[in-house]
Amino acid sequence: MRGKLLRTMLINLIVWTLALAWALPYIGVVAVSAMPYKEVVTEGWLRIPNVDSLTLRNYIEALTNPLYDLATGYRNSLIVASISTLIPLIAAALAAYAFSNLDFRLKPLLFGLVLVIMMVPQQLTVVPLFFLYRNLGLYDTMQGIILLHSAWGIAWITFFLRNYFKFIPRSLIEAARVDGASDFRIFSKIVLPLSVPGLIAAALLQFTWVWNDLFYALVFLISRENQVITQKVVMLKGEYHIDWGLLTAGSVISMSMPVILYAVFNKYFMKGVAAWGVKR
Amino acid sequence: MRLNKQIRLIFFLLFPFTLLTIFVVYPIVATVYYSLYDKNTGSLNLNNYIDVISSINPIYMLVSRSFTPTPPWGALIHNLAWVLIHVPLTILLGLILAFILKYYVKGSALIRTIIFLGMVVPPVVGGLIIRFMFDGVVGIIPAIFSFMGIEALSKTWTNYPSTALYALILGSLWIWLGFSITVFSAALENIPRSHIDAARVFGASMRHIFLKVIVPQLRPAIVIVTVMTALWDMKIFDVVYASTGGGPGGSTSVLALVMYSYFARALDYYKSAAVAVILALIVAPFIVIVMRWLKD
Repeated sequence: MRGKLLRTMLINLIVWTLALAWALPYIGVVAVSAMPYKEVVTEGWLRIPNVDSLTLRNYIEALTNPLYDLATGYRNSLIVASISTLIPLIAAALAAYAFSNLDFRLKPLLFGLVLVIMMVPQQLTVVPLFFLYRNLGLYDTMQGIILLHSAWGIAWITFFLRNYFKFIPRSLIEAARVDGASDFRIFSKIVLPLSVPGLIAAALLQFTWVWNDLFYALVFLISRENQVITQKVVMLKGEYHIDWGLLTAGSVISMSMPVILYAVFNKYFMKGVAAWGVKR
Repeated sequence: MRLNKQIRLIFFLLFPFTLLTIFVVYPIVATVYYSLYDKNTGSLNLNNYIDVISSINPIYMLVSRSFTPTPPWGALIHNLAWVLIHVPLTILLGLILAFILKYYVKGSALIRTIIFLGMVVPPVVGGLIIRFMFDGVVGIIPAIFSFMGIEALSKTWTNYPSTALYALILGSLWIWLGFSITVFSAALENIPRSHIDAARVFGASMRHIFLKVIVPQLRPAIVIVTVMTALWDMKIFDVVYASTGGGPGGSTSVLALVMYSYFARALDYYKSAAVAVILALIVAPFIVIVMRWLKD
């Protein structure tokens, strides 16, 4: 019995050490961002900070210095991520309803298409879109990148919501049909209200995904006033010299949005990801 | 009635599939076309592919001709090294931790929350943090090696071809472990508690329960985590771009970065398309596996 207790304690010790190791990078980034860099170099950051020398200088510098201008990036990210969440959510809800409640000849084909698009690398669309956007005047505009993110979002959210809609009892929908309700009514009065948790989960994951994107932003947003936060953060890194105070402050700013969402809606995130592992 | 049905389909499908067609389906097809387009002659041939594959410029190289003990080995080989190291570690650590957290540890929800955070922060920031942790001045990992007296590893890992790639691969374990633990934990919930208890009553050891009861029942989840992790490793971009930009000397270059370099540095859009197609062809088998799994 004592051996067993000892073993449980040892396991707990190991696992908690590991968890601490996983948390340490975040602690380090926050610590360095709020300390004078000179102090970090001489005394390190893994210690109780000197309350007197804590400073927001790095944050102010990163947000307001026109050279870095993370404030503009933050605003742009908010605009792009919000609209790129709203559009595909509506579009995908419509498609998901068709896949879960209507019969049509092209259904297997179109559903296969949705699945393929979910998995395809982003890189595979860049070159033609670049040509197209240059011709249409969408290159280096927020509208352009919003349309792009929206389209990608439609694919996975359609799949995600279809699974969700399938959980709605058939009897409810059949009863409404018998009463003469149109599909639009069933969709808006029964299916959508019953799927609010699914819609929230999809919105959170899509918003985070768009917020975190770097690749499309690099390709399609060029001018300083259009760039989003992820681009601006990378530019805080100098070519040869790295100002870790500035860079860590920028990192904290750019991850603040998804981390806050995660802190508030923790369960939705994990369930969204866990859905991959459990067959429905 | 028929007309009615068609109006209904148009209402539900027109908007989503118009967007998908213009912004995803058309570009995918067109990328294949552009990858075959020879800008010198205006005809369609495989010259872009030949050029891309035979490049020996370290920034664009896909596969190195000569083998050296340290990178650069070429972007494709770096991606494969990533898969070979990262996937087994992710699976093993994820499985063991999910198992231990469920049955043996107090406060496991908090631990899962901490580990999952890597999935939430932007991969760009993940890349910067990796660089930070392996930095010779402010980083913890070189400091630990310095403390142990191993001088070779007490420097800025990302500045040297011999260590940069490994720093990124190990760092990506930190980013991605949340995925595997979360999926395995969810799958564990589906194993009836009675199975574990029965094994315990018969005096099975912890190791025995893990290997003989847990692992076999988690096989579908293991397959999906393997494939999704491999896909992530093959497509990786942000982490590398933010931490090393592919350097030093191309020693951390990856396929997606080569594609971007042709696009943004060389402004050679057709070769860029060719690299994108090569990347897509390599991940195609993984995509097929996931699709089959998702369909039923």
